[in-house]
Amino acid sequence: MVSRTAAGHLPGFRLALASTLVWLGLIVAFPLAALIARPFAGGLHPFMHALFDPRLLAALRVSFGSAFVAAAIDLPLGLLLAWAVVRAKVPGHRLMDALVELPLALPTSVSGITLATLYGPRGWFGAPLAHLGLKVAFAPAGIVVALMFVGIPFVVRSIAPVLANAPVELEEAAQTLGASRSQTLWRVVLPPLLPAGLTAFGLAFARAVGEYGSVIFIAGNQPFRSEIAPLLVVIRLQEFDYAGGAAVGLILLLASLVILLALGALRRRFHHWIAA
Amino acid sequence: MSRVDAAAGKGSLNTKDGVSRAVVAVLAWVLALGLLVAPVVLVFAEALRHGGAAALASFSDPDAWSAIRLTLVMTVLAVAINTAFGILAAWLVTKYRFSGRGVLLAMIELPLSISPVVAGLAWVLLFGLQGWFGPTLARWHVDIVFAPPGILLATLFVTFPYVTRTLTPLLEAQGAQAEEAASVLGAGMWSTLWRVTLPGAASALASGVLLTTARALGEFGAVSVVSGHIPGLTETMPLHIETLYNGYQSVAAFSMAALLALFAILIVALRGLAGGRRPIEDGLA
Repeated sequence: MVSRTAAGHLPGFRLALASTLVWLGLIVAFPLAALIARPFAGGLHPFMHALFDPRLLAALRVSFGSAFVAAAIDLPLGLLLAWAVVRAKVPGHRLMDALVELPLALPTSVSGITLATLYGPRGWFGAPLAHLGLKVAFAPAGIVVALMFVGIPFVVRSIAPVLANAPVELEEAAQTLGASRSQTLWRVVLPPLLPAGLTAFGLAFARAVGEYGSVIFIAGNQPFRSEIAPLLVVIRLQEFDYAGGAAVGLILLLASLVILLALGALRRRFHHWIAA
Repeated sequence: MSRVDAAAGKGSLNTKDGVSRAVVAVLAWVLALGLLVAPVVLVFAEALRHGGAAALASFSDPDAWSAIRLTLVMTVLAVAINTAFGILAAWLVTKYRFSGRGVLLAMIELPLSISPVVAGLAWVLLFGLQGWFGPTLARWHVDIVFAPPGILLATLFVTFPYVTRTLTPLLEAQGAQAEEAASVLGAGMWSTLWRVTLPGAASALASGVLLTTARALGEFGAVSVVSGHIPGLTETMPLHIETLYNGYQSVAAFSMAALLALFAILIVALRGLAGGRRPIEDGLA
């Protein structure tokens, strides 16, 4: 391992490397090693048994399904907010920009009890919705609402910078050449946003799959219907079934690694768009 | 701005013309108010449902105080440790070129994409009773899981990447010439870091520290798995909110939630002031 800087030599390489490796090793690598090894402690069989537990498969379906739906709904909503903030610069756009960050800064248990109350049967939004016959809280729809809330900042933050740097000249040229508004939107404005949109979707989806605090209060948590995979980890640990909990945990870890790698590949591929 | 103005015209999507800009403004504000503002307003409305005195009275419970104290101590420790090591890691990956640098960066960012519950689980698998070191620790009567040290470890894991992540793009853009000049003139590593590198990165550092603080104050999933939920001993503020809420003590739960929401609003505002906000990089995933 050779230290080299742009023009010469800078002292401190060994110290910085050693401290970083110790820190990373103790806080990240050490626990993750236990997580990867533990499910196989009793051989492959118990792990496979835990893996094909119907309750786990149902929980994974709920987690991945509602994360997908939430991220898909967040995409157009986030595009609208990003457009309002960086392009239309609507009145109060600076405040709106700051508000987008709230779901990131709000502790998840605070979002959890708040959304459960807001969309609950007597809540500000829940009561009118119940009047229309729509049940959100304590039903699968509640999971989607909570995941939309925690995912929206990722969409806005991914799309806004690309939108801000999009060449306005192209849109002008399209209009000069006689394109209508919707033609300009669909053929000129949106296509270059595709990579940022995919990144946005991936980040919101990844966050949503592992989300716990903001979901469990609103979900209702019925096994096979509205029980998310992270909750199943907690339940298995409460039953002192460490192997079962570790199996669910390992699957969630692998899922996040796959999403991470896909996002990395995507980002490298479209780097010129995102870095623009 | 000038480009936007230049493009303002009939049929332009840049919506400097009245009607469509107004439509975007109304739609976006309805969305922002409904999706983002309503939940925060509701926290305070529920806390003050029976008046300010009732909200304040809920803090006279000793368990509430113990939760606040534990949360603050854990936050201070986690922020101090992860800031110190985070600065060194950012310095390492931006000022030197070495093999394995990319892998190191990816490893540092890894905790961002791991479910908090899984992070807590990993510590339990190490130090829990059935964990690798559980029996040994039990023999020595050392409590890590279901005790404050476990809460600290879980918090350190989930807040691990923020300082490095917010500093890295800025230090990378700085290059290493100034540091090399300082070193040629005889400055050691620490004085180079303190007097040359960090002064130019103050706002990014502030932003990273604020993100770390926000996440440490509010972490729920990871801490919930390792804490054991012992009121008065191992309950942090977010966990105490769950206990109160599940015990139908709504006003007390939302009063504690309102306190955390105030911290969150303050942090968002400070981050706005500090600037240096990076779009994709700093997500609290």
